[in-house]
Amino acid sequence: MSAPTELLNVQIDGVWHQFQKGTRVIEACAQAGKFIPHYCYHPKLSSPGNCRMCLIEMGMPKLGADRKPEIGADGKPVINWIPRPQISCAQDIAEGMGIRTESPMVKECRNGVMEFLLINHPLDCPICDQAGECHLQEYSVEFGTSGSRFLDEKVKKPKRVEIGPRVTLDDERCILCSRCIRFMKEVAHDDVLGFVSRGSHTYLTAHPDRLLDSNYSLNTVDICPVGALTSSDFRFKMRVWFLKETKSICTSCATGCNTIIGTRQNEVFRQTPRENDAVNSAWMCDYGRLNFHYVNYPDRLKTPQIRESQGLVDASWNSALVKAGEALKQFQKDEVAVIASARMTNEELWLTKKLIDSIGTSRHDVVPRTGKADEILMSADRNPNTLGAQLFGVTSETPGSGLKAIADKIRSGAIKAVVVLGENLAELGLTVDELRKLGALIVIDILPNETTRSATVLLPSSAFSEKRGSMINIKGRLQRLNRATQPPGMARDDWEIIRDLIQQLTGSNGIYLIEDVFKQITDSIPEMNALSLSKISDKGVQLVEETQEASATV
Amino acid sequence: MELTAELQARIDEVITHYPVSKRSAALPLLHLMQEHSGFIEDDAVTWIATKLGLEPINVLELVTFYPMFRREPAGKHHIRVCRTLSCAMAGGYQLLDTFCKHAGIQRQGNGHGTHLLKSEDGKYSIEFVECLASCGFGPVCMINDDFYEAVAEQEVPQLLEKYQ
Amino acid sequence: MASTTRTPHPREKRIIFKNIDRPDWTNDIGCYLQDGGYEELKKALTMNPQEIVNEVKASGLRGRGGAGFPCGVKWGFIKPGGPKPAYLICNADESEPGTFKDRYIIHQDPHQLLEGMIISCFAVNARLAYIYIRGEFPEGAKILERALAEAREHGFLGKNILGSGFDLEIYVFRGAGAYICGEETGLIESMEGKRPYPRIKPPYFPAVLGLYLCPTIVNNVETLCNVKYIVRIGGAEYAKIGKPNNTGTRLLCVSGDVQRPGYYEFEVGGVTMGELIYDICGGLKPGRTLKAVIPGGSSAKVLSAKDRYKIKTKRPDGTMVENEIGLEDVPLDFDTLAAVGSMAGSGGVIVMDDTREMVWALNNINEFYAHESCGQCTPCREGSLWMKKITERMLHGGGAERDTDTLKSVADNIAGRTICAFGEACAWPTQSFVAKFRDEFVATAGTKGNGNGSTNH
Repeated sequence: MSAPTELLNVQIDGVWHQFQKGTRVIEACAQAGKFIPHYCYHPKLSSPGNCRMCLIEMGMPKLGADRKPEIGADGKPVINWIPRPQISCAQDIAEGMGIRTESPMVKECRNGVMEFLLINHPLDCPICDQAGECHLQEYSVEFGTSGSRFLDEKVKKPKRVEIGPRVTLDDERCILCSRCIRFMKEVAHDDVLGFVSRGSHTYLTAHPDRLLDSNYSLNTVDICPVGALTSSDFRFKMRVWFLKETKSICTSCATGCNTIIGTRQNEVFRQTPRENDAVNSAWMCDYGRLNFHYVNYPDRLKTPQIRESQGLVDASWNSALVKAGEALKQFQKDEVAVIASARMTNEELWLTKKLIDSIGTSRHDVVPRTGKADEILMSADRNPNTLGAQLFGVTSETPGSGLKAIADKIRSGAIKAVVVLGENLAELGLTVDELRKLGALIVIDILPNETTRSATVLLPSSAFSEKRGSMINIKGRLQRLNRATQPPGMARDDWEIIRDLIQQLTGSNGIYLIEDVFKQITDSIPEMNALSLSKISDKGVQLVEETQEASATV
Repeated sequence: MELTAELQARIDEVITHYPVSKRSAALPLLHLMQEHSGFIEDDAVTWIATKLGLEPINVLELVTFYPMFRREPAGKHHIRVCRTLSCAMAGGYQLLDTFCKHAGIQRQGNGHGTHLLKSEDGKYSIEFVECLASCGFGPVCMINDDFYEAVAEQEVPQLLEKYQ
Repeated sequence: MASTTRTPHPREKRIIFKNIDRPDWTNDIGCYLQDGGYEELKKALTMNPQEIVNEVKASGLRGRGGAGFPCGVKWGFIKPGGPKPAYLICNADESEPGTFKDRYIIHQDPHQLLEGMIISCFAVNARLAYIYIRGEFPEGAKILERALAEAREHGFLGKNILGSGFDLEIYVFRGAGAYICGEETGLIESMEGKRPYPRIKPPYFPAVLGLYLCPTIVNNVETLCNVKYIVRIGGAEYAKIGKPNNTGTRLLCVSGDVQRPGYYEFEVGGVTMGELIYDICGGLKPGRTLKAVIPGGSSAKVLSAKDRYKIKTKRPDGTMVENEIGLEDVPLDFDTLAAVGSMAGSGGVIVMDDTREMVWALNNINEFYAHESCGQCTPCREGSLWMKKITERMLHGGGAERDTDTLKSVADNIAGRTICAFGEACAWPTQSFVAKFRDEFVATAGTKGNGNGSTNH
C-alpha cells in the first residue's frame, strides 16, 4: 500500500487532466494519449535535454495581484503561454500548467529538428540494421519533410568502428543524444564512452586503451535511437520487420530477465530485453542475450534412439518410450538415480518428481551452476529455476550436494540405471567408460555430449525458446516462458516426454495439456492457488516476499 | 610517464584548489602537462585520469574539445593569429600569409586543433585562433605567450627575429 | 607596432578605467594602496552583507558581460543561510568578438577586480571563489596570481579578513580556448572538469544548482569592479549616473573602419552612435560612408546606416513621444539598443564602411560560431555549420537561388530552440544581415565572390 500521492491539474491541448505530482511532463502527455517524439530522453536515465525534439508549448497560471492564479470563465486557471518552446523531458508537471503538443509552433520545432538531424546523416537505410525500428525514420515520416534543402558536403566521421567485441559503431549515423554514455555510466557502472572533438565534428568513442566490453554493452544498442550502435552478432542477419516477436524470459541465470525473442521461420535471430521493473528494469546482460545460438545448431538431437549391438539407432517415439520403461522396471528403487536440471520449467520439474516417485528412488538431484553475481542483474546462481527444483522436491536446500554420492555409487555399481534430464554426467566427473557400464541410461536432451553418446535410450527434447511453461526466479517471482519456435525434427516437449515415461511405469494419468500440469501444481502449492498459466501474465507474479538473495540492483 | 619532482609538487598544489571535486583539476593539470612537454602526450591523458580518479575517456573528452591543447608538438615557437571579424577587417588573413612566408610554413587550411602548420625546420608553427580580445588594435597575434597588437606586415620579419 | 592613442577622450567618464594607461601607474598592490585601494573593502566589511546586496539592487547595475541582467536581482536569488555553500566566479573569459575591456582591467588594474570580487563574495557569503580567465591570457593569469598573493600577504584574502571573521580564498582557473565557457553554466561545467556543455534551465539555475550543484554567482569582470564603486558612493548615487534602468558607466570597445578605434568609458547612454563614431573615434576613413554597425559584440544584431527606428521617449513632463531616428542618433544604452532591434551586449562596437561586403562579414562571423559551437544540442550543432557552409559557398562561388531564404530559415530554426543563448548568438547575425542587406546575399546566386572582405584591394 503506497502513501496517497498528490494529484495536480494540468491542461493538455485544451483538456484538463490530473496526474501524480512528480510526473515528468513528457510522461504526463503520454498518459493523456499524446505521444511526444524524443531521442535523448529515456525514463531510466538522466535527462540532458539536448536533442530538442520534445519541444512543446508550455504555460503557467497567470497570477493576479494577490499572487494567486486568476480563474477563467471555465473555473480553471488562466494560462500565460511562454513565448519560447520548452522541452518536456526534464521538467515535472506543476499545478495549473498548460501544454500544447500540436500547435503550429510545435510542428515547426519538430520539423526543424528533423531537418537538422538529417543534413549530416548518411543515407545508410538500405544497409543499416536499425531500419524498421529507427526513430529517425519514424519521426521523419511523421514530423519531417520529404525533401532536403542541404546542398553542401556532409560531415565525415568514423564508420564501422569495432567499439567493443559485441557492438559496432557508426559515428556518422550518431545523433549525439548521449543515451549510451549515460547508460554506461549510470546503469552499467563502466564510464567508458564519451564524446570527443567539438561542435558538428563531435563524435562518440572510447579511449584507445579501452573497449566497450562490459557485460551490458548490448543495452546501448537497444537504446540507441538510430543505427549508430548496432549488435555485431545481429549485423546484416535479418530485417527486423520480418521478426516474429515472442515474449519470454532469459534462462541463463536465476534473475530471469524478461525478454522478447525475435524469430523468423523457426530460427532465433536475437533476444532483446522487455521492461519489467520488478525484475530487470529495461535491461539484460550480454551473456544471457546472446546465449541462444545453440538452439539453432545443426547437430540438435532430432530423433529418438535406442542402443542396439551396433550402437544407437533411430527409433520411433513409441518404441523408445517402451524400451525406456522396460529398462527401468528391471531395477530396484535405489538402483536408479534421476539427475534433473534446474534449467527445466516448473511443469517439467513437477512431473520429474512424479517420475522419481514412480520409480521410488531417493537418489535424485540437479546439477548446480554458480558464478559471481555482478551487482547489476546477473545472479550468482546460473540456473534459472533452482527455486522451482527445490519447491517440487527434485533437489534439496543445497542443490548438488547429493551428486558426489550418486557418482560414487554409479562407479561402485550400486546404481545401475540413471535417468538424465538435460544435464551431462561428465559434470559429475564420470567417464564414458563408467557410463557404458550402466544397465540403463535414459537421456532426455537437446544437443550431443558424452552422456547422450553413452545413452541406452536417447529422447530428443526442447530448448528454452521452444517451451511454454513457468519458472521461479531468485526473488521468488513466477514468470512464464512462451513458445517462439518449434523443436526440430521429431524432438518433443520435455514435459510430454516425462509424462509418457511415467505412463510407461504406472499407467495412464490423464494429463493432456500443460495447463493441466499447472493446475495440478497450483492445487498443491498454497501460494499458487489462484493462478493459471495465463494468469501469470507478461510481468509475472511474486510468490514469496523478496529474499536477501535478491541481487538485482537496477 | 616521468614527471619531475617540481612538476609533481605543482600538480599536487593545484589539486588543493579544488577541495570539493578533484575532477576540477583536470583542466589545470592539462595546462601544466602542455607547459611541461609542449603538447599533451597520450601518457599524460592516462596519468591525469589515474591521478584524479577518472576514466581516461573523461580526460580525452577535454583534450579534444579545447583548441589550445595540442596532441602533437608545435614548432619551437608557436604563432597564433586572430581571424575573427575586426582583425580580419584589419588584415588578419594577410598577416597569417605573411607569417607563413617568412617563417617557411606551407599554407593550407586553418591549422586548428591536431593539425598544426609547421615549418620544415620545426622552428615555427602557426594557427588561426578566434577573437583574442583586442579588436580595436588589430590585426593581433600571439607568439608563444607574448601578445602583439596592430602588427603591420613589414614588421613580421623583425618580430620573427626575436624568436629563434 | 603602429601607435594607438590611449589617452582618454575628454567626454569619457573614467571610473572603472581610471587607472588604465595612467602614467606612472603599475599593477602591483603598492601602487594600488597608495592610490587609496582596498578602502572600499574595509568599508564593506563593516556593513551587513544584506546591506551591500541592497545597495547593488538600488544601484540598478546591469551585468556587463553581455546579458545585461540586473546584478542585484541575481545576487538576491541566493538565499542566505542555506545548507549548501555558495560560490562566486568571476567570468574573465572575454571572448565575444569586438570586445576588449576586461583584458585591460586584468593586466593593468587587477586589484580593482580583486577588491570588487572580495566585496561581492562577502555580500553573498561565498567563502571559495574562482576567476575563470581565458587560456589566451597567460600573462593575465600570472598577473592575477601575483595580485592574489599580494592580497593574501596584506590580509585582504584568507582567514578572518581584516578581523571581520570572513574567510575567503580565490583561485585562478585558466580556460583553454572555448568561447562557450563564457556562458555561465558552460563555465561551471568547465570548472567541474567536464566538457563545457551549458546546462538546461530549468532546473540548473546557477543560483540554485551551480558549481558542484551549489548556489553560485557568476559575474563579469567589469560588473564586479562596479561593485566597489557602488560601495564607495552608495547605490542611490550610482543610480544617478547614466539613465533610469541603464545606470552607471560602461566600457565601449570600438573596432573596425574608424580612425581611432579603442576603448572608451561613458555613462550608459551618454553617447549616441554618431557621436561615438564621428566625435570620439575620429570618424571613418577618408572618402568612406557608414554602412553597418554591430553594437554589442558579434552576437548582437547588425544595424544598417539606412535604418530608421521609431523610439518612444519620455518628455520632461512625463508624457511619451515617439520619434523616428537614424542609426547615428541611437543612444548606446541597454533599453534603446533593444528597442531598435539589437542589444548593448558586451559593448563591442564593430563599425563597417561602404567598402565592406556583408556576405564576407557574415561568413566570417558564421565561421566563428560554427567553430565555437559546443555541439551539445541539435539546432546549434548542425545549424551553425550549415549556415557557415552556405555563406562560404555564396562567397566562393556556387551560391544557389534558394540560399538566401534557406539561410534565414535555418537561423529561424535555431533561435529560441536551444539549450543556451548561443543559439540566439549564432542565429541573430544571420537573421539581421540577411534582413538588412538582402540584395547582397541574393546577388551571390550563381556568381563568384572575391572573398577578402573589401571591394578596395
